[in-house]
Amino acid sequence: MKPAAFEYIVADSVEMAVASLAQAGDAKIIAGGQSLVPMLNFRLLRPSVLVDINRIPNLAYVREDGGVVRIGALTRHHQLETSPVIARHFPVLTEAMAHVAHLAIRNRGTIGGSLSHADPAAELPMMALLLDAELRVVSASGARAVAARDFFRDALSVDLAEDEIVTEVVLPKLPPNTGWGFAEVARRSGDFALAAVAVTLTLSDGKIAQARIAMTGVAPTARGGTEAERLLIGQRLDDGVDSDVIEAVRAATEPPTDLHASAEYRRHLVGVLAGRALAAAWGRA
Amino acid sequence: MSTRDITVTVNGAAHRHAVEPRLLLSDFLRGTLGLTGTHVGCEHGVCGACTVLLDGDSMRACLMFAVQADGCRVETVESLGRIGQLNPLQQSFHEHHALQCGFCTPGMLMTATDLLKKYPLATDDEIREGLSGNLCRCTGYEHIVAAIRAVVKERT
Repeated sequence: MKPAAFEYIVADSVEMAVASLAQAGDAKIIAGGQSLVPMLNFRLLRPSVLVDINRIPNLAYVREDGGVVRIGALTRHHQLETSPVIARHFPVLTEAMAHVAHLAIRNRGTIGGSLSHADPAAELPMMALLLDAELRVVSASGARAVAARDFFRDALSVDLAEDEIVTEVVLPKLPPNTGWGFAEVARRSGDFALAAVAVTLTLSDGKIAQARIAMTGVAPTARGGTEAERLLIGQRLDDGVDSDVIEAVRAATEPPTDLHASAEYRRHLVGVLAGRALAAAWGRA
Repeated sequence: MSTRDITVTVNGAAHRHAVEPRLLLSDFLRGTLGLTGTHVGCEHGVCGACTVLLDGDSMRACLMFAVQADGCRVETVESLGRIGQLNPLQQSFHEHHALQCGFCTPGMLMTATDLLKKYPLATDDEIREGLSGNLCRCTGYEHIVAAIRAVVKERT
């Protein structure tokens, strides 16, 4: 399996990258390439131009900026996995990163690439929803910000025009008294999730004041913002999670059937995982 | 077909070649440089047989183009040791019968080299997780885990 021929452009700035995209009709950005190159090797994609952004300086960083943490689009998964800033402010993301593929892929794959690719079973789109990320998107005609909840449209489909690239992911810091939970089942460590759930619970006066639940592997896109989040407000989870919460999680899914698992299995599984993740978050809040 | 001149330092030696942009790093190493220690299994990032170190970090050579390695340092399995002078990891594979047909071995060795550098590998579970991106179709995983375990013990 070898890719079809393409013209190769090394961008040394975001401006050059988006200008190259605007010029060629069917150009693709290559960042880590860990999803793109298999598609090229299979010739599922045959772009005439590849614009390589790996050599753009200052696009891989994790830095605190007041109430937010800014992550450069070229930040590799392994950098996120091992970032002390992420571990301090978003331990749920540190936990999730250990589930992203394998070390050799984490060494190369990037957050901007994973979010732009939007695999229905990937962890990072789920984490972007959970953590209410805002994406900075740039084209030759300017920059805009888009909320993660508006970004993921369908399987492998996002709110990104052909001449736009994601340059930064902004995560608002979590409020105090917030606990987190993460639960995933995959066939093999590092494989795409059959189902995964990530949650945060923020307490006030010993009760849940805000709940966020995001999941992946159980719909064409990562899902968040479900009815289950509203049901949890005002609750305590000392005696476990109410079955109506679990059912609300399940009701928000449209799981696929494939050779790894049936839709029915995935729907059951996501409820079990939500229960575990919520219990863990309650324990940590 | 347009080509591009690249210089890649492979196992300490600089190699300058004109390559087509679509040439995979794995094919550059094997076909252009004749370094056939790097094996090619699936060519879509699943099997791990082509794992090499790029600037010290393990990567799938089939998921990169040779042009992207321009100016970079690549280490392949040939860099680890030689017959009669195996490095400690290779020696441990030898002693623990950690290879049967040997096809996955270069990828296992390069992956383990990076794992040993980055993770404590305190438990066998952690070693297994680390190896989960490398397929051994002889299914000889037990011996591979034992070989890496022995190296971890040796270094502590």
